[in-house]
Amino acid sequence: MVSRTRFPRRCLLTGALLAALALPGLAGAALAAPRTDLVLGMPVEPPGLDPTSAAPTVIGQVVWQNVFEGLTRVDRDGKVQPQLAKSWTISPDGLTYTFALQQGVKFHNGEPFDASTAKFALDAIRAPGSVNPQKALYAVIADVKAPDPATLVLTLSKPSGNLLFWLGLPAAVMVEPKSRDGLKSNPVGTGPFRFAAWRKGDRVELARSPDHWNTARKVHLDKVTFRFIGDPQAAAAALRAGDVDAFPLLPAPELYAAFQKDKAFKAEPGLTASKVVAGMNNAGKPFAEKRVRQALMMAVDRKLLIEGAYSGYGAPIGSHYTPNDPGYKDLTGVYPYDPKKAKALLAEAGYAKGLTFTFKSPQMAYATRTAEILQAMFSEVGVTMNIVPTEFPAKWVQEVMRDRSFDMTVIAHAEPLDIAIYSNDPYYFGYKNPAFNEVVAQAAQATDEATRLKLYGDAQQILADDVPALFLFVLPKLSVWKAKLTGFWKNEPVPSNDLTDVRWTE
Amino acid sequence: MLRHLARRAAGFAVTFLLISVLVFCMMEIVPGDPASAMLGTSATPETLAALRAQMGLDAPAVIRYLRWLGGLATGDMGVSYTYGVPVGALIRERLAVTLPLTGFAVLLAVGIALPLGVTAASRPGGVADGAATLYAQGGIAVPNFWIGLLLIMVVALGLGWLPAGGFPGWDAPGSALRALLLPALALAIPQSAVLTRVTRASVVEVMNEDFVRTARAKGASVSRALWRHAVPNALVPVITMLGLQISFLIGGAVLVENVFTLPGMGRLAWQALAQRDLIVIQNVVMVFATIVIVVNLGVDLLYTVVDPRLRKRA
Repeated sequence: MVSRTRFPRRCLLTGALLAALALPGLAGAALAAPRTDLVLGMPVEPPGLDPTSAAPTVIGQVVWQNVFEGLTRVDRDGKVQPQLAKSWTISPDGLTYTFALQQGVKFHNGEPFDASTAKFALDAIRAPGSVNPQKALYAVIADVKAPDPATLVLTLSKPSGNLLFWLGLPAAVMVEPKSRDGLKSNPVGTGPFRFAAWRKGDRVELARSPDHWNTARKVHLDKVTFRFIGDPQAAAAALRAGDVDAFPLLPAPELYAAFQKDKAFKAEPGLTASKVVAGMNNAGKPFAEKRVRQALMMAVDRKLLIEGAYSGYGAPIGSHYTPNDPGYKDLTGVYPYDPKKAKALLAEAGYAKGLTFTFKSPQMAYATRTAEILQAMFSEVGVTMNIVPTEFPAKWVQEVMRDRSFDMTVIAHAEPLDIAIYSNDPYYFGYKNPAFNEVVAQAAQATDEATRLKLYGDAQQILADDVPALFLFVLPKLSVWKAKLTGFWKNEPVPSNDLTDVRWTE
Repeated sequence: MLRHLARRAAGFAVTFLLISVLVFCMMEIVPGDPASAMLGTSATPETLAALRAQMGLDAPAVIRYLRWLGGLATGDMGVSYTYGVPVGALIRERLAVTLPLTGFAVLLAVGIALPLGVTAASRPGGVADGAATLYAQGGIAVPNFWIGLLLIMVVALGLGWLPAGGFPGWDAPGSALRALLLPALALAIPQSAVLTRVTRASVVEVMNEDFVRTARAKGASVSRALWRHAVPNALVPVITMLGLQISFLIGGAVLVENVFTLPGMGRLAWQALAQRDLIVIQNVVMVFATIVIVVNLGVDLLYTVVDPRLRKRA
């Protein structure tokens, strides 16, 4: 038996010897094998991790495609791809969708995924007490049937050309009945990463799921940490200090150029699905008058606005669509910047002496800057705009969205392909145009792609002419990642950080 | 002494109740409701109603207040609307960052201010006095979040000595302390500036009093007269100032926690307010209020320790 005093010493000696022998080997191994962990920075912490019960896009940006998967998914080009539904057939009348589901899929808690779970998930969205933020998109589903474990049949009340896209959004991910009540703080999905830990206020950790069903897609990362860093300077510091490997949406456009010049990082600006529009209250004075809205559109130099509000990143738009979206029409030329014409049109509308209105500006950097620049541009055509800073989301949502007590405001609409919101009644724009409603209704029902895209093109054109809101620009995706990382999405057609293809190259 | 304590405890309970009513009423008045904050721009009126019912927001205010108070009495702070976890656990996690941070900051502030203030007071008008005055003026003028940014740029990014932000958790106490050092310093510098001034002024005043002169006349050296006789007697205003500063420190922690991305109470309060997570805000404010009340009580007790004359009055 080894005496107590000698034991540790011998241990230490052996340990030191082993370490000395092993260290060069370990270092060699570390050089040869690429890292398999990733720390990702995000400006905002998600309020809960269940995308089927709350709206904030940042929820999807953590869990969508990583933890949760859907029947379909939207890929990096904005196209619909099969996922838990491996294929589908649509009846000629467009009213019946029959999905063939993947077999052998398990949720992270060990429960199997089959047609009955899919039915549960879709029914939960449509249920009377459901709080799904996108519930309206799925209202066309009249009935869900699971005739056998591998088949799911949806019956629609009317055709819906975008249904497969809607089913690929974060709000329609597949959830499992037993885990449902705890999803907010303990998300359980079928994705390549399982939820590991959430240190609230600081980080969410995901770990690779050992038995992901999709063996065709090799996942390279073992551990992913989302860190929440709201302060722009702190975000840049964390990247430079190496505390964070990537920032898919850097919160500071003014700091972005420095990363573009830095060889240690890759920084290629892309576009998101977020359309920044200055919504006007079409129901009241002075914006019930179409010529006033058109005049103000002509008073805006979008290029200059983007320069000032987002350091020149982002793309101008002329309607409620982004260049990422299928069927996009460039309509920025319908009312190009022309202050002289704007002034003349205002005079024609009876505002020769100008007009005054208030602008409720939500307190986000892009919105505040946009407000200030618009104010300056409007003053050029004799229009006085008084800015009222309005706290976001709570106060803004109540005053603008619910009470509709505002003249003009600005917000980034993050939901992809949401042009139909202009036909919602009531909605905060107060825009009423039966012709537009007709076109989007037809577009929604068109199952033939060419017809659908043409109709959505018409819808874009109507909005561009009518200007229910000033169409300003698409928010850029200012991503920064270490040069040795690859596989990130350049654009963000859906609010997401799909990490399935991300890996270290050495 | 006992009766004194009982009176303090009763006062404490009344203050606590008053604050709870005030906080609750304020949260009722604040525009914006948590359900619409969560559902965003696409919510329909019926989903909104469903969520409000789910959150228990459809009950009358009085009922909700009593429910909350009843919960507090049994140690149940309710469940966060946004995170969906018990508020008590949430706050405990955050206190584990904010309390050490502010405690660390107080130690640093006192550690800087006492020697500096006393040295300055030992020879008014001297070089040390000039330096202390300069430090005090600079420290008061510069806000703590700016000091934080400066520290990040110089110490973390420039020299690479300490992390630029984040908190590794107390599982790794060494790294946790390292992570708290810069933010604590950012908090401590403005506080120490104020304390330096108070200490200097108070010591200078006491040095002119009869008992110090008596001590000197009886043969005590300058440094003995200073440290043994003047400093202990000069501490009462310093402690008072320290007590007052605790609430400022907690306020400052909100900003500093943001700059250093520390998951503390300040960031919790900030986020909860933005999301209108009312139940979290109410409880956070109550915890802050309790801390301030307890600190004041502690300061009172400290007086009697440093100044025996006050013991009789108590």
